[in-house]
Amino acid sequence: MPLKKHHIFTAILIFVLGHTLVAQTITVCKTCDIKTLQGGIDAAQANDTVYIEKGTYKEIDVLVNKPLTIIGKDYPVIDGEMKGEIITIVANNVTVDGLFIKNVGTSYTADYAAIRLKRVENFVIKNLVLEKLFFGIYVEKSKNGKVFHNKIIGDAEEEYNSGNGIQLWYSHNIQIEHNFIQRVRDGIYLEFSDDCIIKNNVSSHNVRYGLHFMFSNDDVYQDNLFEKNGAGVAVMFSKKIKMYNNIFRENWGTASYGLLLKEINDAEIMYNTFEQNTIGINTEGSNRIRYENNNFISNGWAVKVLGACYSNTFKGNNFLYNSFDMAYNSKVHDNEFDGNYWSNYTGYDLDKDGIGDVPYRPVKLFSYIVNRTPETIILLRSLFIDIIDFSEKVSPVFTPDNLLDNNPKIKRITW
Amino acid sequence: MFKILKYSFFDLMRSRWSYVYFAFYLLLGIVLLFLNNDLSKAVITLMNVIIILVPLIGTIFGVMYYYNSKEFTELLLAQPLKRSSIFLGQYLGVAISLSMSLILGLGIPFVFYGLFMSNAIWDFSLLLITGVFLTLIFTALAFNIALSNENKIKGFGYAILLWLFLAVIYDGLFLMSLLFFEDYPLDKLSLIGTVLNPVDLSRTLILLKLDISALLGYTGAIFKQFFGTNFGLIVSISMLSVWVVMPVLRIIFKSKKKDF
Repeated sequence: MPLKKHHIFTAILIFVLGHTLVAQTITVCKTCDIKTLQGGIDAAQANDTVYIEKGTYKEIDVLVNKPLTIIGKDYPVIDGEMKGEIITIVANNVTVDGLFIKNVGTSYTADYAAIRLKRVENFVIKNLVLEKLFFGIYVEKSKNGKVFHNKIIGDAEEEYNSGNGIQLWYSHNIQIEHNFIQRVRDGIYLEFSDDCIIKNNVSSHNVRYGLHFMFSNDDVYQDNLFEKNGAGVAVMFSKKIKMYNNIFRENWGTASYGLLLKEINDAEIMYNTFEQNTIGINTEGSNRIRYENNNFISNGWAVKVLGACYSNTFKGNNFLYNSFDMAYNSKVHDNEFDGNYWSNYTGYDLDKDGIGDVPYRPVKLFSYIVNRTPETIILLRSLFIDIIDFSEKVSPVFTPDNLLDNNPKIKRITW
Repeated sequence: MFKILKYSFFDLMRSRWSYVYFAFYLLLGIVLLFLNNDLSKAVITLMNVIIILVPLIGTIFGVMYYYNSKEFTELLLAQPLKRSSIFLGQYLGVAISLSMSLILGLGIPFVFYGLFMSNAIWDFSLLLITGVFLTLIFTALAFNIALSNENKIKGFGYAILLWLFLAVIYDGLFLMSLLFFEDYPLDKLSLIGTVLNPVDLSRTLILLKLDISALLGYTGAIFKQFFGTNFGLIVSISMLSVWVVMPVLRIIFKSKKKDF
């Protein structure tokens, strides 16, 4: 028996090696026999490698219909001349590496993309540079792929005539890492996509969201930077999303949030930094979310809770120099605040255990007034406002009276 | 005018109250930095102090100085001097010595704490500029009150009332009117309301630096233009200058007419 097993293994090895040896390389360049990307793909057999030499290739509707590795040398330019979609991949095991793709056509009826993957598995899209795009990398009904080290620079100005940088639609187990995305509609957009990992990306200056989840469950995003977007990250109608170690910065404007949560359940938000956003986290109809060890620094509102948010826990967060720590629009309160550090806390610690002896009330009367009449924001930090806030603190009338942090920390929490 | 300014200034420099005032700010700065260990937080606390205390001290000190030096003023009036230069000289003497106590008292601890190395320097200098403006405005208002009231008690009463009104009551009325008219577009009204009160104006000026992210949360084109661009800064500073010029003009006007 052992001998037989060995034979089988050798046979497989020979087969695999033989197969690779058979796989050929095809070179495409302006002076070669094959002058176009599509020509190179047509000439290739399954599992071949197609090299594209430096140069400009004006092509649209390139179809990749067999497993191939397409490698660009010194970033050859694939120019779509604003006519339509550029590369469509419909086969499994395709790798695309090192292309400069630009001028994707804009359409109001079709979502033209620089690269579209349709019902495929095990793909790798890496080291691409995309410019002047409508949609960038559009992954639909696909599985087990990787999208990494891409640079996507759009020129979007309005939501209605721009597309998303990386879009996943009904795609599962996709890894999106180390991408750099700027000036598109949504930097990364996931719709009906589960078990994806989004890591180490930089998404900035986007018209709408840096990262956007819709109906997507069990995804993880961590170590990303979201800066100066319409809103940093929007998570909507999704379950069990894990958000770790991200930085949300300078998302400024009337409807701007660092993080927008809408109808989210069982998420974990940990070790993130929210800095100088108009609203750090805006949460609506979201339940059982754990907010732990996050930094909220110099935001307009650190956390804004709008209606029907139950059983959320806020533990061990730092709230530093926010104009408002919390805004609540209802009197019903079922969330837990415990052991956070609040820079606005004015209590004392007589027994020296590092925990303030007086509970802290994160919701001020003024934040309630501003919710009702937004123009009153102009009275922020006025002495009169401090006086009414103080009287509300002493005997709460308008704000939920059980909304308390009973163990406010005296020193900033480090982890 | 400069002779009188110089005289008033050095007179005040020798007086105990300037030192008390200076020592108070020095102590405040040291204590704040000692307790907070953080420049930006100290700047926020300081802002609260400056927009409340500076007007109070400016008014009280201005009224007090005018009544105390009344005999000397009458002596000066007997000399061949222009009335406006006598009163402007005294006013500037008080205002400048108060501003100096403020700048030195707060500046020294912050400079030793490493202000020049930190990025809070712009916030801090804006704070001092606002403080100086408030001193100029409220000392001028105090001189106006003192010129119009021979009775000392009445003068002090009006001075304190003025401070109380501008620092606290005005904001209360302002807030009530905003809440009362909440169904109407209010952004113009709220900006006008702010501009009409120098305390609110300086508060807004500092808010522009500290809480810009919160202020941008409100939807309103005028708000956005005011707070989102340098427009707000320019308007605030020029309105503060108007607030200095108006009472000073009244001092000149009133002093010419007044019968001593």
